[in-house]
Amino acid sequence: MIKVEGISKRYPGQTAVDNISFEVEKGQIVGFLGPNGAGKTTTMRILTCFMPPTSGTASVAGFDVLADPLEVKRRIGYLPETPPLYPEMEVGEYLYFVGKLKGLSGDHLKKRVAEVSEKCNVADVSRKLVSKLSKGYKQRVGLAQAIIHNPDVLILDEPTSGLDPKQIHETRDLIKGLAGEHTIILSTHILPEVEQICERVVIISSGRLVATDTMENLKNRMHGSHVIGLTVETASDSGPVQEKLERVAGVSRVILKDTLSGAYSFEIESLQGRRVQADLARAVVEAGWNLTELRQVSLSLEEVFLQLTATEASA
Amino acid sequence: MRNILTISQKEIKSYFVSPIAYALMAIYAIVSGFFSYVAIGYFLDRSIGAMAGRGGPMDVNEWVIRPVIMNVGVISLFLIPMITMRLFAEEKRSGTIELLITSPVRDYEIVVGKWLGALAMYSCILSLTFLNLSVLFLFGSPDWRPVLTGFLGMLLQGGCLLAIGAFLSNTTKNQIMAGAMTFGVSLLMWTFDWFTGFKSDAWAKVLAYLSLTAHFEPFSKGVIDSKDVIFYVSVIVFGLFLTTRSLESLRWRA
Repeated sequence: MIKVEGISKRYPGQTAVDNISFEVEKGQIVGFLGPNGAGKTTTMRILTCFMPPTSGTASVAGFDVLADPLEVKRRIGYLPETPPLYPEMEVGEYLYFVGKLKGLSGDHLKKRVAEVSEKCNVADVSRKLVSKLSKGYKQRVGLAQAIIHNPDVLILDEPTSGLDPKQIHETRDLIKGLAGEHTIILSTHILPEVEQICERVVIISSGRLVATDTMENLKNRMHGSHVIGLTVETASDSGPVQEKLERVAGVSRVILKDTLSGAYSFEIESLQGRRVQADLARAVVEAGWNLTELRQVSLSLEEVFLQLTATEASA
Repeated sequence: MRNILTISQKEIKSYFVSPIAYALMAIYAIVSGFFSYVAIGYFLDRSIGAMAGRGGPMDVNEWVIRPVIMNVGVISLFLIPMITMRLFAEEKRSGTIELLITSPVRDYEIVVGKWLGALAMYSCILSLTFLNLSVLFLFGSPDWRPVLTGFLGMLLQGGCLLAIGAFLSNTTKNQIMAGAMTFGVSLLMWTFDWFTGFKSDAWAKVLAYLSLTAHFEPFSKGVIDSKDVIFYVSVIVFGLFLTTRSLESLRWRA
């Protein structure tokens, strides 16, 4: 549905986006992740035909952003970082105007305005001036205008920024509800958001592509070494326990995470490809301690993200 | 065409839901009312002289309508920057320009739509002139045709300045900057023919040709000269062309 091939955007003395390529399948929700200033907005603006890339090409539904901008624009709904609202308009009037701009007319337009108002929960404020709306409502009106022409592709630039937790939750549900009908790219720097909503992630950092993969693969890939959480009940000190664990074959590092009353919990990293759970359990039991917990620790996306962008920075 | 109408309707609405339209119309009504009053006052004064056998024949068209129309031309120099300054600068500042540019409309449709909206606003203001002049028709029988040609001239001249104002508004995010530049350019274009007073080289001729006054005056006398119409239309087209170009340039500059 979306194909980005080696796009770059250069300004005098600065490269905002450097040779980024990725593809998005129809119906997917893709999280566009990166620290502030990484080039997320620039990439999105290129996809929405707001600005052309300096080099490279991008296409949406088979239409090139440079050769067929009108066709691309017809198939894209775009919510910029600040929703593009006219404060002096009423909500209903605004949606009507955007619908007309996107080429809708007559009864179909009226129907769509009613539908998206319903879907985005803004029907109750349709007679209110945009300038009188709360931030959460403004964001929802912004979403409503993005989907009014039922576009194949939705591009959302930080759709939850500046909202309160409840509004964030509502907006995420709304976006999840839109998946399936639309292919969605959303940018964010809030990591749990991506974990909750997206199937795939594209991570960029200082204008360069760092990783693009499914959530699952990405997390697995980062497990160059497996991390195991282990809790031991014992009367002795933590020192001997740690030593004992370190001597288990295949273990590369043991970190004391927490000391509870009469129990210690450790995080244990193993060498690549070695499954050490059984050996660890045996070692603990042989020493006469009680093994109360043994589990696989999965890296949170936050850690993956930090690891990826950090290696990028040091490279 | 449909897109142009959509955008121009939106522009007209946004003038009339904000105080801009009413403030401009009120200011215009007061100023042009004052000018009309003064012109009629002079006319009355002279007609008393004429009754005493002094002065030439009296002519309402020559003594009242023409000066009023010329004055309106001057007032518009002040009003037009206030109409055009927000056209693009406001959208750029608030970010709504992203909506327009990422919608399936062509750049020239955005530009022409906005210009038509501004022109509609300007003609609403101008129509107040008819109120002032209608008094003359109640108490006398002046020729109505110069009034119409005058109105056409005002529209054409306004269209030019609106196109220039739209272009300048597109060069900045700051409305005050846009307004100030438009005012400066309008005033210069109004006074370009002053050069011919003391200079007669090619430059003076070129600048005099660009002068709005020289092209406006025939309209106020009831003359529609194709060379003036062509001048105005070409300035409008050129101004809108520049605006479209500068809108496109947003893309690679932004």
